[in-house]
Amino acid sequence: MSRIHVSTTVNGDAAEFLCDPAASLLDALRDSLGLTGSKEGCGSGDCGACTVVLDGEMVCSCLVFAAEAEGRAVRTIEGVAEGSVLHPVQQKFLEHAALQCGFCTPGFIVAAKALLDRNPDPTETEVRYWLAGNLCRCTGYDKIVRAVMDAGAQLRQERTPA
Amino acid sequence: MNAPVTIKQFRHVGTRPVRPDGVDKVTGKALYGPDFKAPGMLWGAILRSPHPHARIASIDTRKAEALAGVKAVATGRDFPTLQSLVMHVGEGASDIIHVARNCLAFDKVLYEGHAVAAVAATTPEIAREALSLIAVEYEELPFVLGLEEALAEGAPLLHADMFTKGVEPRPEKPSNASMRLEMGFGDVDAALANAAFTVSGRYTMEPVHQGYIEPHACVASWNADGQAQIWCSTQGHFAVRALTASVLAIPQADIRVMPLEIGGGFGGKTTVYLEPVAMILSRKSGRPVRLAMTRDEVFRASGPAPGAIIEVRIGADAQGLFKAAYVEFKYHSGAFPAIDAAAGVASAIGHYRIANTRVIGTEVLCNRPAAKAYRAPGAPQVNFAVESAIDELAGKLGIDPLELRLRNAAAQGDPQTSGVPWGRIGWIECLEAAKAHPHWSAPLGPNQGRGIAGGYWGNYGGPSTVVVSLAEDGTFTVATGSPDIGGSRAAMAIMAAEVLDVPYQQVRCIVADTASIGVSMVTGGSRTTFATGKAVVEAAQAVRRTLCERAARQWNVPAGSVEWSDGEAVCIAGEKAGTRATAGQIAARASHSGGPIAALSAINAAGWLPGFGAHICDVEVDPETGHVRIVRYTAIQDVGTAIHPDYVEGQIQGGAVQGIGWALNEAYVYGASGRLDNAGFLDYRMPVASDVPMIDTVMVEVPNPDHPYGVKGVGEVPIVPPLAAVANAIHGATGKRLRDLPMAPDRVHAALHPQG
Repeated sequence: MSRIHVSTTVNGDAAEFLCDPAASLLDALRDSLGLTGSKEGCGSGDCGACTVVLDGEMVCSCLVFAAEAEGRAVRTIEGVAEGSVLHPVQQKFLEHAALQCGFCTPGFIVAAKALLDRNPDPTETEVRYWLAGNLCRCTGYDKIVRAVMDAGAQLRQERTPA
Repeated sequence: MNAPVTIKQFRHVGTRPVRPDGVDKVTGKALYGPDFKAPGMLWGAILRSPHPHARIASIDTRKAEALAGVKAVATGRDFPTLQSLVMHVGEGASDIIHVARNCLAFDKVLYEGHAVAAVAATTPEIAREALSLIAVEYEELPFVLGLEEALAEGAPLLHADMFTKGVEPRPEKPSNASMRLEMGFGDVDAALANAAFTVSGRYTMEPVHQGYIEPHACVASWNADGQAQIWCSTQGHFAVRALTASVLAIPQADIRVMPLEIGGGFGGKTTVYLEPVAMILSRKSGRPVRLAMTRDEVFRASGPAPGAIIEVRIGADAQGLFKAAYVEFKYHSGAFPAIDAAAGVASAIGHYRIANTRVIGTEVLCNRPAAKAYRAPGAPQVNFAVESAIDELAGKLGIDPLELRLRNAAAQGDPQTSGVPWGRIGWIECLEAAKAHPHWSAPLGPNQGRGIAGGYWGNYGGPSTVVVSLAEDGTFTVATGSPDIGGSRAAMAIMAAEVLDVPYQQVRCIVADTASIGVSMVTGGSRTTFATGKAVVEAAQAVRRTLCERAARQWNVPAGSVEWSDGEAVCIAGEKAGTRATAGQIAARASHSGGPIAALSAINAAGWLPGFGAHICDVEVDPETGHVRIVRYTAIQDVGTAIHPDYVEGQIQGGAVQGIGWALNEAYVYGASGRLDNAGFLDYRMPVASDVPMIDTVMVEVPNPDHPYGVKGVGEVPIVPPLAAVANAIHGATGKRLRDLPMAPDRVHAALHPQG
């Protein structure tokens, strides 16, 4: 089967790869581009470990064909920090010990950032429902929810003129 | 309430620094099992049985081998001829023949999903296509899934050579009961007959999965000279080495296992499924081979925790003192003997002082995937029954359920079910903390109910090896053989920094591979912070002594005149009294005063103590739908000493939510054909963030006198009480006693509306 040539943008940089027509965006990110931060927990869109942002929309990259990335902009966990400066969500995950094994963490961070980009002041219930597509088996979600709310507070503070 | 029992002040123990592996994990840089690739690597795939029980008449792999891009095909026949050998690695004991047969079936498949053949090819697509070209001829056999069905006369037999262990004399006929264990003391029948109040009940549940988000994955590379490397995510890379070498009949030192970051395990990653198969494919192809499971394969072929049928009878006198307890349970082992019944017997009812106690557990083979350890393996099932029965007894007696537990709680010196007296346990302290907690007396709303349950887990110690070494600038490296599954590198660094009295950031901790450190048991059994921590403390103390000796040599003073104080060597006597040197200053001159500074501690850690917990749960039950919402949850636990309280709280919160999932939603669902119907996260419904509230934790600290900082294991206890805590809360809300898990909306609805 002939492979498809895809030109796309990943974390602001031009990227291209060849893919099998049936390959998922997750496969392309992990196997063709070497970006293994996005994880495969289920391959069926149920766990959220592969969450990325495609043209501003949060998606499970395991449910997107790799070929669909043509001409579009993908943002992954590897693009959340600005250089060596962690995003407040990342920083708060560390400070609140919001990860244990850390395997689901990239998906949670991408999803939480997408929430705070949209709504910098979510309630606990809004955080819990926004993140309901991301499975974590280690933490019981308590510290994750606290980290996300605390990151929101920091972002609001940063955005408020002194 | 939350204050440590001892007043000893620590500089680092009890603080909450950021974990050393944290940035890698929040930026996506950390390499987990499925992330690793080796140059020239082939992609493997496994063909699995569609039948729950069948004889393999033939396997024809010729077409698959002929497919372009296929470099190797393996079947069970590629394993060497093995003699039965029971190895005590991983969690519990396993016979290497069973380990091998579970990796690749030999003459029979024993469950749907049982691996039958494997291929390695240049791309994943070719590997999958090759699987479809393998022709397996099966002779289907009758299968059995249920516990009582599997024990019935004439049931399909999984292993013709299985004679129940623990029964004297040995049974005359083989059966599906692989093991029976009985423990206790006193005259239970007489005491039950004479008890003023008794309760009895039968409780059931299906198997549940550990549910780690990272599927199993490995890369193996076996060279022509017989030496091999394996990269994998596991709770115990030494267990991977020992089991893989044993089933392949090669020397352990010829395998070097590199532990990658591990994406959850909960006991389920304490064995091998893929590694020996990847090794065979690598030897055949001469190239590194990657094998990884899909989520579907994880559900169908990696170990769930056993389901259970549990019968309980408890008797009390009119004052509510327990007089007798009888507990008998059967656990699913699945396709091969498992280990849960022994721990289940020990974890059933030993937390109460009862003069007449009998606990009997049976392991039952059936055509399901081989059960594997899941957080406090064997304890939550039987605890659900016992703690539900005690709630029921409290109702009959008209005594507050917390008060009833306090009245009967075992304390130091009371006998466990084995007869061995309890050590310094903190069970009563947990119940007192629960009683004092505002949650216990908070008002409830309409359709709400409150439940309490307590439980315990024995914890463990065992073998750990640690090296603490000093860098030339005075910073320290701690290398352990214990995979870090939830922040243990931070805990190890804290303990070393405490001994050396230096800043936390001056100590970095890594997980070393099997060739770089000595044997260490799996990260499991809640043993790591206790046992590996003990080794860290010993090694750090040795380094501290050496630093003092070197300072003495450098200052030309007697060794006894130098002490370690405030992170520095200090001369305390003679002319040079008051002279100080940091680790960095001593390290800079180390090569002129005796050479590099490092210390190894290889120990078999003894002196572990069990952990106890008491959980309070509030639920709200929707009378129309039967849906149960967790409204409030408080988990109280004796943790000994919390080295890094964030990660101790995290263990408690995570365990509690796993228990909530087990109570309310999780179960393996099999169809009439013996095939798993819910092998995915959509249909196997684990809790999500919107299902649960914040999980409040109370860390009671009753230090372990046998650990330098008082550590008791914390990871497993918190999954023990939730099942009954939720059930008791549902009873509080509805008056209905649910004895079958999961308490999903259909079951609750049926209980509320028996007429339909």
